[in-house]
Amino acid sequence: MIDKRIASVEEAVADVQDGATVLVSGFGGAGSPIDLLHALLDQGAKELTIVSNNAGNGQIGIAALVAADRVAKIICSFPRSSQSEVFTEAYRAGRIELETVPQGTLAERIRAAGAGLPAFYTPTSAGTPLEDGKDVRYFNGVRHVLEHALHGDVALVKAQNGDRWGNLTYHMTQRNFGPIMCTAAKKAIVQVNHVVGLGELEPDNVVTPGIYVDRLVHVPEPLSETDLLKNNVRRTPQ
Amino acid sequence: MSWTAWNNDQIAARIAHDIPDGSYVNLGIGRPEAVANHIPEGKEIVFQSENGFLGMGPAAKDNEIDWEVINAGKKPVTAVPGASIFHHADSFAMIRGGHLDVCVLGGFQVGRNGDLANWSTGEPDALPAVGGAMDLGVGARNVFVLMTHTTKTGEPKLVEKITYPATAIRAVTTVYTDLAVIDITPAGPLVRDIIEGMSLEELQAKTGTKLLTN
Repeated sequence: MIDKRIASVEEAVADVQDGATVLVSGFGGAGSPIDLLHALLDQGAKELTIVSNNAGNGQIGIAALVAADRVAKIICSFPRSSQSEVFTEAYRAGRIELETVPQGTLAERIRAAGAGLPAFYTPTSAGTPLEDGKDVRYFNGVRHVLEHALHGDVALVKAQNGDRWGNLTYHMTQRNFGPIMCTAAKKAIVQVNHVVGLGELEPDNVVTPGIYVDRLVHVPEPLSETDLLKNNVRRTPQ
Repeated sequence: MSWTAWNNDQIAARIAHDIPDGSYVNLGIGRPEAVANHIPEGKEIVFQSENGFLGMGPAAKDNEIDWEVINAGKKPVTAVPGASIFHHADSFAMIRGGHLDVCVLGGFQVGRNGDLANWSTGEPDALPAVGGAMDLGVGARNVFVLMTHTTKTGEPKLVEKITYPATAIRAVTTVYTDLAVIDITPAGPLVRDIIEGMSLEELQAKTGTKLLTN
């Protein structure tokens, strides 16, 4: 019997260790697993490395973890936004390390990790400051940069529908990093709006096959980044 | 003669006019977004958004708004009939793999060889944020740069050699400014069009590298 369903977000993140590398899905508010992130905040793990497209907005989600001093390093493509003060302040004060990665390279490093590839050459960032310290090689006369796979200990992902085997579908641009992050982490933890019966998802429509998913939590009314930001919510550990 | 610089909508309209029917196009965040508002009637252009969206439609209004349906600028948008959704690694494979016909990016500087600088001014306290610009710069078949011809203080932005940190090397196809349309050719920047009333000499005086003409 395979049943990956977990009763609560608290139980789902209970064993995340200090120092873990955590892959966090989402681009803007779309696909952002805020409920799982807040459970991780309450759980208390620290010295985390967070891998996500952005470095958090307002005082919720990733930004709440940064504000509570739980994050040692962020690996992302775009740490700046209109509401990224928490990260900016921590970075300028030297409390947090930043690794800026071009967005496509970030995605491909995660994909490579899940696909069993240790590294790959890409033309992206060749001849720019972001190639510094990396191996460079020419293919067909074009300069390429060696980039390494990016593994997670844990992935926190938001999807729309899931069944007890962990098969997932996503709603529109919520998909973003979810499918590749599920493949690249030792433990993929997914919050879904709807849990459906086995067989209800058409095989043709499954986006993340259940083999990549370890834990599935039903969060029928997920927190919305947009609403939390609008209301200036400041989420602190509870 | 006197001249009036184009505003951003006029530059965007010119780009929209130049994009061939049937093109797959990515528009950078900010100024380039205006291009979508000026696609001529009868032209079918498919917009790609790097968060994994092909067939992105206009901004969503009122009850159309769904915060799981957003563009690269993180604003809610609609989907056109025929749209498709894919994950981030596929989206950037699409970009890097040379499948996009055109991307339109903003620019701080463009070098005469087509080097592009648009992600960092290199100031010591600048937060390094790159997003998808480097991938778009190397991947799209045609890289159009929409920018003002000079900075607010009058410094040329089309220059002999870029001094800001590079986004992509020899990447730019055409520069669309408020004063001119300039193709980056193997021989150098070739003026295709100048706004009404401006002479080549006046344009050259506002440019940091020698312009070529046919």
